[in-house]
Amino acid sequence: MSDSLKYFRENRLPHIWCPGCGHGTVTGALVRAIAKLKLDKNKIVVVSGIGCSSRAPGYLDFDTLHTTHGRALAFATGIKLSRPELKVIVMTGDGDCTAIGGNHFIHAARRNIDITTILMNNNIYGMTSGQYSPMTPKGMLGTTAPYGNTERSFDLAKLSIAAGATYVARATAYHAVLLEELIEKALLNPGFSVVEALSQCPTYYGRKNKLGTPVDMMTWFKDHAVNIKAAAVMSPEKLEGKFLIGEMHNSPEPEFTAEYSALAEGVRRKFDSFQGGLRECAQNSD
Amino acid sequence: MSEQKKSFEHIVRERWCKGCNICVAFCPKQVLALRNGKVYAAHPELCIGCRLCEIRCPDFAIEIHEKGVQKPESQDASDVDHTIPPEAKHA
Amino acid sequence: MPSVKLMQGNEACTLGALTAGLDFFAGYPITPSTEIAELCAEELPKVGGKFIQMEDEIASMAAIIGASLTGRKAMTATSGPGFSLMQENIGYASLAEVPVVIINVQRVGPSTGMPTSPSQGEVMQARWGTHGDHPVVVLAPGNVKECFDLTVKAFNIAEDYRIPVVVLTDEVIGHMREKVVLPDFETVKVTRRKAPASPGGYKPYEADPDGGVPLMASFGQGYRYHVTGLFHDETGFPSNRGDVADVLIRRLMKKVENAEPLIRDYATESIEDCEILVVAFGSSAMSSLSAVRQARAKGIKVGLFRPKTIWPFPEEPLRELSSQVKRVIVPEMNLGQLVLEIERVIGCRAPVERLSKVNGELFKPEEILFVIMGGEK
Repeated sequence: MSDSLKYFRENRLPHIWCPGCGHGTVTGALVRAIAKLKLDKNKIVVVSGIGCSSRAPGYLDFDTLHTTHGRALAFATGIKLSRPELKVIVMTGDGDCTAIGGNHFIHAARRNIDITTILMNNNIYGMTSGQYSPMTPKGMLGTTAPYGNTERSFDLAKLSIAAGATYVARATAYHAVLLEELIEKALLNPGFSVVEALSQCPTYYGRKNKLGTPVDMMTWFKDHAVNIKAAAVMSPEKLEGKFLIGEMHNSPEPEFTAEYSALAEGVRRKFDSFQGGLRECAQNSD
Repeated sequence: MSEQKKSFEHIVRERWCKGCNICVAFCPKQVLALRNGKVYAAHPELCIGCRLCEIRCPDFAIEIHEKGVQKPESQDASDVDHTIPPEAKHA
Repeated sequence: MPSVKLMQGNEACTLGALTAGLDFFAGYPITPSTEIAELCAEELPKVGGKFIQMEDEIASMAAIIGASLTGRKAMTATSGPGFSLMQENIGYASLAEVPVVIINVQRVGPSTGMPTSPSQGEVMQARWGTHGDHPVVVLAPGNVKECFDLTVKAFNIAEDYRIPVVVLTDEVIGHMREKVVLPDFETVKVTRRKAPASPGGYKPYEADPDGGVPLMASFGQGYRYHVTGLFHDETGFPSNRGDVADVLIRRLMKKVENAEPLIRDYATESIEDCEILVVAFGSSAMSSLSAVRQARAKGIKVGLFRPKTIWPFPEEPLRELSSQVKRVIVPEMNLGQLVLEIERVIGCRAPVERLSKVNGELFKPEEILFVIMGGEK
């Protein structure tokens, strides 16, 4: 942590997350990845929506933007398109990103805009104290699913790949070393990258579902996660009840802002006669 | 001659530690323990410097330093103080 | 050298924006404002600007706020249904003090309504569309030339006061074409947000509590500051303290109060000796102008007061005028919205007669003339 501590706004710590909440671990992994890549703090913008996850940027020593619920990726798109040279990172949660933010998520992925999205998945709406979310497993409890969640939840990796994300990975707060490596590769991917980090919520999801202590919840991650490379050689029975971690998808494709800039530059050269203020509208230029 | 055993220092930022027990539970060598809600190195001599405690700590409250090793100060673009105009460096 | 053009209202808005230095547009297709997005898609690359069609109006509003925070002059354009979707993020821009411009080309609402018919049904939504007390400025062009002028003005107000500014037109003004005498673009006054000198000790929301406007740094320049939709203190970090909240919201609202006399904009016609006053804005004012002139030709002492700044409302001049007249007539293409403000301002100085038209058509001048002449509505 030592040389990555300088990427934090130390005077804002300790943070507000509950004892044993995984969000701090995920944030730490992101910061270590940034430190390892020696990215310029002055050229990073971290954007978040609303929820426990989205308080993260406040603790990071970059240009940080805490936006409206579900809209982080839309705000981030405006930032990235207007200044492609900035490294734009979105920190969001399962509710923020896949419920109210779902539409912006699939479109950002479709565009393959160079934004690294860190989705802290605690399977619950934590900030509002425990409602179920689109990523609460079926059958589990939430304050708004007192008899068990009857809905199926998203498989974020498949959703991301289908929508067009060019780097998709998953890890957990237990697998923090792997998480850091995956985030590092996501940061290096010149396109839309999604890293889902399962993050234990002991206070609401854990208590409501009697999952024990933070340590118990992380042990559950340990016992139920299977690296995608290992899974390839495991029998279906062995994979029963397990979930995959590791790099799910990595196939670079043309990046949105680069494509737009190249196109626009061509247009601009054609109209170089234009002075700044003297702009005539095409419809009417004689 | 067996390789001289490394020893490690455990820096704890007590104000940030919330006693969540993650580091204690997952330390492969059972080095750490909680004392009135804060982590401390109960058996520092057992520490192998794997840093899993530091990496998994949700509150950045523990840090491992290998004794006798001076870490070089890393110079990256972020350390550039943008308030000093570049020309100032030329004078 | 000024140039003369036959120009559509939506096009004039776009040209005004480009002249004001627009370099980022995010929008979503919606009748009757789509021409603005189309023109921005075509024109912005020519000047090194950026255009994006987002997945919806919520995203469009979010994207232009993001762009503005990186130092761009950013705008979107929409109509009723999209304007409704934008409200939450307009509130975000108000609280985080991010300069942005929204062109809202009104059509008959609510709901899908009559997309190709004009209306003025969003006067109150433009002011109170989002939750909570919040500063916003709304300008209303009355013809195509003013679409140009008031969009430039909108950017200047947004930049000077760090505030979202709405340019409220309607389907008729947006789509009609008029001869427009355009100024020499170089002579057009264009302002820019005031930026801090250097990152050292920068407090993003430090300002005189009496309506002061904080200096605004851009993301990506080493300031590394925080912007949030939560109430915040001068450092930009969240604060739940009552005193901080009280100071913040009063400062934000005072910005508009301070601006009012400086940005106040209205037009009048033959008001010197008028005994009847017609108060109208936008398309309704076009019909009213014709009616007033016809009535004057018949020797009736009638005048027109046409606000171009709708919010904050130009109270003073109207209050003064209302003390010299016996009747006030307010034609509006809604069932009474701006008239509520007009009645508040005029008080008991003169009786106010509401004239509503909600069939998706413009007022015919004779309809207004009929009322001026004292005929029954």
